[in-house]
Amino acid sequence: MLKIIQSAGQTVFSRLDRLFSAVFGDRANPLYHLGALGFYFFWVVAVSGIYLYIFFETSTVAAYQSIERLTHDQWWLGGVMRSLHRYGSDAMVAVMFTHMTREFLFDRMRGPRWYSWFTGVPLIAFVYASGINGYWLVWDRLAQYIAVTTAEWIDWLPFFTEPIARNFLNEAAVSDRFFSLLSFLHIGIPLFLLLAMWIHIQRIAHARTNPPRRLAAGTLAALLVLSLAFPALSQGPANLDTVDARVGLDWFYLPLYPLIDRWGSGTVWALVGGSGLLLMVLPWLPYRKRDPVAVVSLPNCNGCGWCFADCPYSAVTLAPRTDGLPFDHEAVVNPELCIACGICVGSCPTATPFRRLTDLTPGIDLPDRNIRELRERTVAACAGLEGPARVLVYGCRHSAHADQLIAPGVTVLTVPCLAALPPSFIDFVIMRRQADGVLLAGCNRGNCHYRLGTDWTTQRLAGERDPRLRERVPRNRIEVFHGGRGWPDSLPEVLVQFRARLTSLAPLNEKPPHPAAKTPEQQHGAD
Amino acid sequence: MARVLRAIGQVLLYGAFAGVIGYFSVRPVYQAMAPDQALIKLSFSHAAQPVGACHQRTAEELARLPPNMRAPEVCPRERSPVTFELDLDGKTVVRAVLPPTGVARDGAARLYQRFPVQAGVHRVRVRLRDNVRDTGYTYTREGSINLVPGQVFVIDFNSRRGGFVFK
Ligand code: HEM
Ligand code: SF4
Ligand code: SF4
Repeated sequence: MLKIIQSAGQTVFSRLDRLFSAVFGDRANPLYHLGALGFYFFWVVAVSGIYLYIFFETSTVAAYQSIERLTHDQWWLGGVMRSLHRYGSDAMVAVMFTHMTREFLFDRMRGPRWYSWFTGVPLIAFVYASGINGYWLVWDRLAQYIAVTTAEWIDWLPFFTEPIARNFLNEAAVSDRFFSLLSFLHIGIPLFLLLAMWIHIQRIAHARTNPPRRLAAGTLAALLVLSLAFPALSQGPANLDTVDARVGLDWFYLPLYPLIDRWGSGTVWALVGGSGLLLMVLPWLPYRKRDPVAVVSLPNCNGCGWCFADCPYSAVTLAPRTDGLPFDHEAVVNPELCIACGICVGSCPTATPFRRLTDLTPGIDLPDRNIRELRERTVAACAGLEGPARVLVYGCRHSAHADQLIAPGVTVLTVPCLAALPPSFIDFVIMRRQADGVLLAGCNRGNCHYRLGTDWTTQRLAGERDPRLRERVPRNRIEVFHGGRGWPDSLPEVLVQFRARLTSLAPLNEKPPHPAAKTPEQQHGAD
Repeated sequence: MARVLRAIGQVLLYGAFAGVIGYFSVRPVYQAMAPDQALIKLSFSHAAQPVGACHQRTAEELARLPPNMRAPEVCPRERSPVTFELDLDGKTVVRAVLPPTGVARDGAARLYQRFPVQAGVHRVRVRLRDNVRDTGYTYTREGSINLVPGQVFVIDFNSRRGGFVFK
């Protein structure tokens, strides 16, 4: 059931990804930066909020008037700031839920990733508390509706001896003291939100908390135009002696309020508590066995730290050497953090197929999909290839459906992530003429299942990041297809064109060296 | 050409984003109650009478107590539940027996309810008993009220101000 929902959702999101990538480009695709946009909108709201606070007066009567003055007398700045503050907050809710839905549908919440998911849930509460608190401060007809309904809702809990709702019985009951408390909370709760956002990304290496500049500028421009065209307005001063039959609700923040009216506070508490609880335990529903985590082989580790630099979840650290080998450091894996993506294996200089089979144990490896086995599979798969444009496809198991490519002259091997494939394998396949070309099929840029895999692969092939693909490997014999599930139809086309190109290339001159011969690579042990 | 198409696409998508944000931040308007209704809010917090009578200690009882605890009168801490009824136009619409709050059951009994009624003239009759040892109602009040649409009519109770308060 869960699988069906997730796979249907992935299809929908991937289609959208494709549309948005076509329009914004892969790099600035907003769907790849939802978390970063959440941070960004937080800052938009924080800056505009500080401006509003300068002019805001914290008593019930003065509050409404101070905001009215800002909106109308100072519409060109104060009014714009007010609108940005409102629309930015709404945008934050929108990207937060899209972000959550996306992480859920792509199943990016299991194993050690539970942490980000679990710490994401309270963020919803903080965002809502901040927003609802903010609407209250305007002290207009909407604020009055919110005040009465919120108080009644909270009163359902058995915490307060005196019902809070009695503070809002009628005009005579409202106190300025309560109002000052609310405006104080409107600084405190967002600060807690920021702290919680920071906690949320603690286990993520190189977390993207800033959207690309173009995207930031574009969204801000969109919100500015909206603010000028439809400025945020108040709905008349509050007066608790009367009540409105109709209120304009902000449906991003207040969708539960009509439900409280209809179903009663208890039901809505059950709904909120129940969904919160369900969200919290979702990473363990259903319980699945974890993939075995990366393991360090100390005799093969030289402490270079490349795995440490590449791990997307900071699961590898460097520790002082313990085995007497003449290196300063050794790699250490924290099994609590490792999601078994294999990216560290792809970055380890000792994970090279040029090493002899007998001692092909790299410094770090995945026990169930080790490098020796990958070398064997590579050699075996290529052995069966015939024809003029023999292609070995390494397909990431989370993205493009590479298996559909299998055909005479084409063979497909699956790897956990493209970045889990050491670049030396490409060298090995092409320079030993085991195939005429290598096609790498992985997630689309910006949507790597393991977050950083596509970036690392691109940089390693371009010679910008260790381990680099050696200069000698002709780049025209390599094709990289970055297209996840939204692009299944374009992959065969890419292969056809790639093979046409390979056919047109002059054959590689180098003779394949004898496998048993000592090659320079072996002496270095690395590429 | 592709550049132009992309630019148009961006304007459209940014526009859609702004449109969704702008629209749902105030629309659709929510109909909280019918336009020809008024609201009655019924709310009070009242500390009722103790459940039992106070008791004068006899000389022997006092002698048995340690010297610092020889208070001549003991009263039960627990308060009576508050029995409350509201009749609207001759029909009983609210009837509640409200227990005292607090672990020792010595706190105030609380009531908070609000309900919309048709605007116009209504007869209101409220009764309250706050002592289990009584049988009749300690406080009653009745009157005729004329509510305009959107008006909030508060029925409160304050024993120091003589009982029910209509506002
Ligand atoms: C205020 C709202 C939120 C903000 C600003 C936010 C921000 C972020 C950021 C910046 C990242 C790192 C993205 C990256 O670099 O790959 C992230 C990751 C994540 N977020 Fe959120 N988030 C928010 C709410 C939520 C919520 C409500 C959930 C779910 C309950 C959630 C679940 C996750 C998960 C599971 C990841 C990890 C993804 C991975 O491991 O690849 N977030 N978030
Ligand atoms: S497999 Fe390697 S790179 Fe991936 S999380 Fe584990 S330690 Fe980090
Ligand atoms: S990349 Fe390999 S050799 Fe370098 S520190 Fe990590 S395990 Fe050791």
